[in-house]
Amino acid sequence: MENKRIVMVAVGGQGNVLSARLLGEACMLMGIPAIVSEVHGMAQRGGIVETSINIGDIASPIVSNNEADVLVAFEPLEGLRALNKCNKNTIAIVNTRPLPPFTVAVGQGVYPPVEKTLELMNAKLKKVVAFDGMALAEKANNPLALNMVMLGAFIGLKEVPISLEIMKKVVSEKTKKEFLEPNLLALELGYQAIGN
Amino acid sequence: MHPLLTDEPGKKMFLMGNEAIARGALEAGVCFATCYPGTPSSEIPEQFFNISKEVSDFYFEYSVNEKVALEVAAGAAQCGIRCMVTMKHVGMNVAADPLMTLAYTGVVGGMVIISADDPSMFSSQNEQDNRYYARFSSLPMLEPSSVPEAKELTKVAYDLSEELKLPVIIRTTTRINHVRTTVELGSLPQRKPVGSFQKNPFNLVTVPAVSRKLHKDLLEKYQRAQEKAEQWPFNECTGNGKIGLISSGVSAAYVKDAIKDLGIADQVKFLKLVFTWPLPRNLITNFLKSVEKVLVVEELEPILENDVKAIAQEAGLAIPIKGKGVGGLGRLYEYDPGLVRKAVAEFVGIQYNPPAPLDLSDVPPLPGRPPNLCAGCPHRATYYEVKEVFGTESVFPTDIGCYTLGLLPPISMADFLICMGSSVSSACGFSRGQPKKVVAFIGDSTFYHSGITGLIDGVHNNHNFTLVILDNGTTAMTGHQPHPGVNPEAMKINRTRVPLEELVRGCGVKDVHVIDPYKVKKSIETLKKAHEYEGVSVVIAEQLCPLFARSTKQLKRSRPFMINYERCKNHRVCINKLACPAMYLDGERVIIDKNLCVGCAVCAQICPENAIVPLKE
Repeated sequence: MENKRIVMVAVGGQGNVLSARLLGEACMLMGIPAIVSEVHGMAQRGGIVETSINIGDIASPIVSNNEADVLVAFEPLEGLRALNKCNKNTIAIVNTRPLPPFTVAVGQGVYPPVEKTLELMNAKLKKVVAFDGMALAEKANNPLALNMVMLGAFIGLKEVPISLEIMKKVVSEKTKKEFLEPNLLALELGYQAIGN
Repeated sequence: MHPLLTDEPGKKMFLMGNEAIARGALEAGVCFATCYPGTPSSEIPEQFFNISKEVSDFYFEYSVNEKVALEVAAGAAQCGIRCMVTMKHVGMNVAADPLMTLAYTGVVGGMVIISADDPSMFSSQNEQDNRYYARFSSLPMLEPSSVPEAKELTKVAYDLSEELKLPVIIRTTTRINHVRTTVELGSLPQRKPVGSFQKNPFNLVTVPAVSRKLHKDLLEKYQRAQEKAEQWPFNECTGNGKIGLISSGVSAAYVKDAIKDLGIADQVKFLKLVFTWPLPRNLITNFLKSVEKVLVVEELEPILENDVKAIAQEAGLAIPIKGKGVGGLGRLYEYDPGLVRKAVAEFVGIQYNPPAPLDLSDVPPLPGRPPNLCAGCPHRATYYEVKEVFGTESVFPTDIGCYTLGLLPPISMADFLICMGSSVSSACGFSRGQPKKVVAFIGDSTFYHSGITGLIDGVHNNHNFTLVILDNGTTAMTGHQPHPGVNPEAMKINRTRVPLEELVRGCGVKDVHVIDPYKVKKSIETLKKAHEYEGVSVVIAEQLCPLFARSTKQLKRSRPFMINYERCKNHRVCINKLACPAMYLDGERVIIDKNLCVGCAVCAQICPENAIVPLKE
């Protein structure tokens, strides 16, 4: 398969570290080399959490600016901020539900309108798939399952040869049993959101 | 069972670098580990902590600080026990005192010290390059370039340590520690948790006469280490081209990818060094003789570059040796694959067009998203109360922990920070150096780590400041590890509590107060007393970290709060002074997110209209 460089951006607490790890686990199950990189520490206190997943014959653990093949944005503002990771061939998946930072609440900046964000991304990238991922997580009865929705959507993109079934198997084995049902539903809803 | 105790050789697991290092230690039969946690090293001891709760033949402790951690392990190593000590790069500064002389006495049982460096400072106060510590101490250093290699290297480092009778330093960086990939498990040997100590004072008690001999011994061991480096199988030379590339650590992964991406495998010869101190001088000399020029790719300081230049000089080789300055390779921050690819292309002299950046000129300025104290964090309340009493003009030395976020507006109460414990000691200097009030902030874990010495200094030398100890009952920043002041029962650990207040009083502090920062009015009254006191006063702000309280089932269920808009006059004191992340603005109205609010009620106590009330169920 072709090498794929994937960047997932989210706000602390949205769970992209788990999504990236599960994607890596699925690659391992399929015998596809994968390296996942994550940033810990300060970033977890409501800041930006960026993870990268390099899939294929790649030794480097991170993705340079302008080099992401796929951007998965768990939050629209963070998607816009991560455009420096993209180039004109990048495909982006965007959750459209905003999570304004507290700087906006105290008047230190203006939150860009989501329509404007999507318009800018559409004009610059090869393809942008945008949907209200939070609504899907809520539909799956677990607002914390946004990470499963976004993971399902990424699988649905079919940029890497990992089937929904394999992903479900990994989620079943590697996540907490008490949330399994909503997690699997969220995964499926995300998969469908991409047009499957 | 802990997943790292899986005894199925050949099984593949998707492991984080830190888990791989812990597994490597287990595969070497390590049964004794100590640490003080610090990003990016913290997940190594986390594995040991959990394992030590499950098996009786593995001893692990969160030590008071890195110096203590190394000394505790040094004692165990003298008994022939294999041990591991982990720390972040700046922790090595704290442990430097024992390190330098432990190199003289050496060890009996194998000892590996993990130094986790943090180029780009994702979670650190500096980006010092700890490769200097190997040179400083004459101890061997190994540097993995990938996660699987980190595991294998950790395992064999113990044989190396016991053969040389020296501690071995494994230096990692964030992009090894916090990277996950597939790792194949080896077998787990029987652990030997109890050894014996052979008295040998004239080799182990470092009085001058003994140390004069031991230093000579160390240099002999160093010679043997160098011979080992020459034969070290992890050092790898690939290709037969005339352009030489030398690298180590994660940079070697970037170089490997650059060679492939640029299609220059036939033009280059690549030496990946894993045993990086002492350097394999003959290996490097022979490499230099086989190429026409060399590029050294290393993050941070030009250490390897300078050493390779010195080796070339001794060998009488005049080939160009480059490093820093080529294609943007600098001394600042971590490298990335694109940067290294560009530098290698420039050095090899081939045309290379990187993917063009997008034109982002039409993207509006984006609001920042700095990390923030959590909803219901008691530190936010303490900061508010201290500001009410001491104003904004007092001097606020601060320390290392979540509360360092008090730097940001609207709290803005952090004036000076250099290292763990510096809040207290620098407060001594600030109180002498200028006339304004001085209030130092330190967390409970940091106080035990190195704040206590500054406090003793403050009392003994009659300094004049208030120390606020933000006691949230855990080491919050690095992931809720225990420290000597925690409640052992709540954490389900068999340890003895060293009570904070008694400790402070025992240091000779006469003016000691304990407040619950969630009680705003009462806390302010108490802080006023500390404000009036001449000399060293200590205020212990005692309230559990809500995240920790939740995970240890100590969180008292409180109703979230809401705003009564009939009373609210939109003063916005709540959002402007507290900036709790549970609050946000919708148009002109403040809203409390009931899913984020933990019900601490601090905002309700400061609202001038009493408009913040418990949510009706």
